[in-house]
Amino acid sequence: MSATVLNTVLRRIPGTWRRVVRLGALGAVGQVFISLSGMPVRLDVREIIVPILSLGYVTVLAVPLVLGVLLGRRPEHEEFLENPPGRRDLVLGAIAGGLMGGGGLSVLALLLANFDLRDPLINWSPQLLEFLSFGRGTAFGFGIWLVIGAGLGLVGGTLRLASSRTQKVIMTMALTVVGAAILESLVVDLVEGVSLEALVEWMYAPRGGLTLVGAGVLAVVSGLLSLVGQGRVKNMQERIQAMEGPRQTRVNLMLIAAVGVVLVILPLLVGKLTNELLANIGLFVLLALGLNIVVGLAGILDLGYVAFFAVGSYSTAVLTAATSPRIAPEFPWFVALIIVIFIAILVGLFIGAPVIRMRGDYLAIVTLGFGEIIRLLFLSDWLSGWFGGSQGITAIDGVDVFGLLTVDGTNPRRVFYLVLFFCAIAIYISWRLERSRLGRAWMAVREDEPVAEAMGINTVNVKLMAFVVGAVLGSFGGAIFVAKVGSVFPTSFLILVSIIILVVVIFGGMGNIFGVIAGAVVLIGVLGGPKQPGLLVEFSEFKLLIYGALLVWMMLARPEGLIPSARRSRELHQEEFLQDAWLRGQIDTDDNGPDGGSGTAGAEA
Amino acid sequence: MNGTPLLDIRNLTVEFGGLRALDGVDIQVNEGEIVSVIGPNGAGKTTLFNAITASVEADGEILFEGETLLGLDPNQVTSRGVARTFQNVRLFANMTVLENVMVSQHCRTKQGTFGALFYTKAFRQEEAEIRARAEMILAFFGTRLVGFRLDQPAAVLSYANRRRLEIARAMATQPKLLLLDEPVAGMNPVESAELTGLIGRLREEWGFTIVVIEHDMEVVREVSDRVIVLDHGVMIADGDYEEVSSDPRVIEAYLGHGATTK
Repeated sequence: MSATVLNTVLRRIPGTWRRVVRLGALGAVGQVFISLSGMPVRLDVREIIVPILSLGYVTVLAVPLVLGVLLGRRPEHEEFLENPPGRRDLVLGAIAGGLMGGGGLSVLALLLANFDLRDPLINWSPQLLEFLSFGRGTAFGFGIWLVIGAGLGLVGGTLRLASSRTQKVIMTMALTVVGAAILESLVVDLVEGVSLEALVEWMYAPRGGLTLVGAGVLAVVSGLLSLVGQGRVKNMQERIQAMEGPRQTRVNLMLIAAVGVVLVILPLLVGKLTNELLANIGLFVLLALGLNIVVGLAGILDLGYVAFFAVGSYSTAVLTAATSPRIAPEFPWFVALIIVIFIAILVGLFIGAPVIRMRGDYLAIVTLGFGEIIRLLFLSDWLSGWFGGSQGITAIDGVDVFGLLTVDGTNPRRVFYLVLFFCAIAIYISWRLERSRLGRAWMAVREDEPVAEAMGINTVNVKLMAFVVGAVLGSFGGAIFVAKVGSVFPTSFLILVSIIILVVVIFGGMGNIFGVIAGAVVLIGVLGGPKQPGLLVEFSEFKLLIYGALLVWMMLARPEGLIPSARRSRELHQEEFLQDAWLRGQIDTDDNGPDGGSGTAGAEA
Repeated sequence: MNGTPLLDIRNLTVEFGGLRALDGVDIQVNEGEIVSVIGPNGAGKTTLFNAITASVEADGEILFEGETLLGLDPNQVTSRGVARTFQNVRLFANMTVLENVMVSQHCRTKQGTFGALFYTKAFRQEEAEIRARAEMILAFFGTRLVGFRLDQPAAVLSYANRRRLEIARAMATQPKLLLLDEPVAGMNPVESAELTGLIGRLREEWGFTIVVIEHDMEVVREVSDRVIVLDHGVMIADGDYEEVSSDPRVIEAYLGHGATTK
């Protein structure tokens, strides 16, 4: 309804300005929404650059800047426009867009001062007004956002018109400063490990956030580095890509080995909190790798993956804990793990068998149901004699490594090494299976199931196999989780866990091992897992909002994920891919040239 | 040649709701034969293939080498030795040419998770064999599907090459009976003449028995030992090309009632 009204209004506005008005209005609505979500006020405590910029202001300031950048871009199909916009028009447009975007907050400030809508909108608060007016009264707040909006629009617009070299340098500088602020706890921890505290004291303010000097120096250094380094990285990549098979493999292996060495040394340098964070990331990498086999390789959309995580956790708990209610064999962790693998295989078959014959949406919904069923079984009174119902199982011992040392939650560094070990196993399994007869069969099933079946692939068996491998990796995750946390409760296995693992896989890049790892590092590391805090602890309240927004943006802008698998991205961009191939002259249009005719073909075979 | 036919279809009936797509069809195909199935659109030709490969449910009896195919899953039919191509080319578009042919050897190979994870000798050997066989099959089509094409995704192939790859994929399942569904549809005369030659060589060099659905009468006359005509799900003629092409019922089916009496 409102969309039609908006469109009628828009149609009366002359062509070139229509886009400005539309984006500006969108920006204004977006800013008001962000403000009323409570994010700016709550995140105001987290400083980025000490006296001048906090994370709270970043959330609203980003909007006019992005608007400026978007509006500074020339519209596509320029040659079809009667009067293609010139530079001046673009910059003016960007300023106007920013003005409208900022204007949203100006209006909001006025409304906040004069009306009280706290009843439905809990974040309609004096604090928000204070935040918006910088504590200098409503009129100031009204004016300043118009100025800020226009200013940032101008900045964004001119940025877009600058040469791509300048753009890259400025982007690098901005990202370095914001990144350094976000990664503060990590950097501090790491620097203390190599005893360079002086650097930290000079760079960061005592109560968090970069100092002005620190930010300035960081910006200059990163800017210079990016000026010098521009093109080098790309050159390196191209050089590696140009190498022939065996040499390329060797370079890749060396890179992987280097990353491995860093991962082994890193925990020694950082403190407990960072190790805890690393262990959490590792745990989700493990789970995401397991789900990646099911979703990414075999193409089965499993929304109940948490079931396998839960089964792994509970069976480890029952087998190792002295406090397990019914049977308490108190096996050592590694012995229990072998049994847990068998249990996971059985559960994978048990859940997989009824589910696997369905396709598409139906399959997704049924897996969703099974995920909940497993959790409710552990919660139920019926099985509480075995699993303790809502009381769960507590006081579970950690992992005893050959009597030498114990891995448990009190020592996150050891947990991280344990996780790392199992991640390595998971990566190896994914890598080997993808390049095997089974992996090819998964690909075929994902592409066209009926045809795969007609080509002699037993699709049921092949898909069950994916489920089972996924279940085993998920149960590894569960077994480590139990050793780390020392207790299990049904509330640890909510549907949300499945969703977050799936988002990690989608965000990172379905079907690509490196993508999945990157997804877990970015999402779990920065934003945090379902219950685990990330680097931006203040975000935890808005985690799901941001997860959702990121997912939507990702689906629109880059559906194949951060680091896509080549094949997956072909599937998603079939048409563009074909066009590209055609432009490069690679496409096979007609083959009735001199080599055509049955004679030649016959002679060659 | 022994007495029992390779493929023996008796009283085959396929119903979709109230519609009888096939109605009591009897077809025998002997080993080493090339049989064409023709008929106007909607005559039930593709349904016949779907019934043989267990893609649709059918009544009656389908015997392959004396054993029934009814009640099997499509993949079991394929492992018995029946392979097909699809009328509307259905390759694994984002897999490479080589992978398309490699994956179709699934039912003739057996290495599982264990071999893959521990990278056993048997696994490596089988992988090498699969690859070698795939390349050999692709080489059957001359230079078209080998070389740099091996690692191209099937989606970028030309229409004619996609049809060839469909045949290569069916060959990779190592069948005894090959069902080709309009193999030259959409090809130009030069290409279809070439493929006609290849169909003959498929029998001579690879020993396949072939059933081919085709609209192009040139091709039908060229390749077939025997022609079967279907119309509205009923078999109306069975004989060599000359016999069938002068059969009044066939002419009627194609040209309409009255064409024969004039």
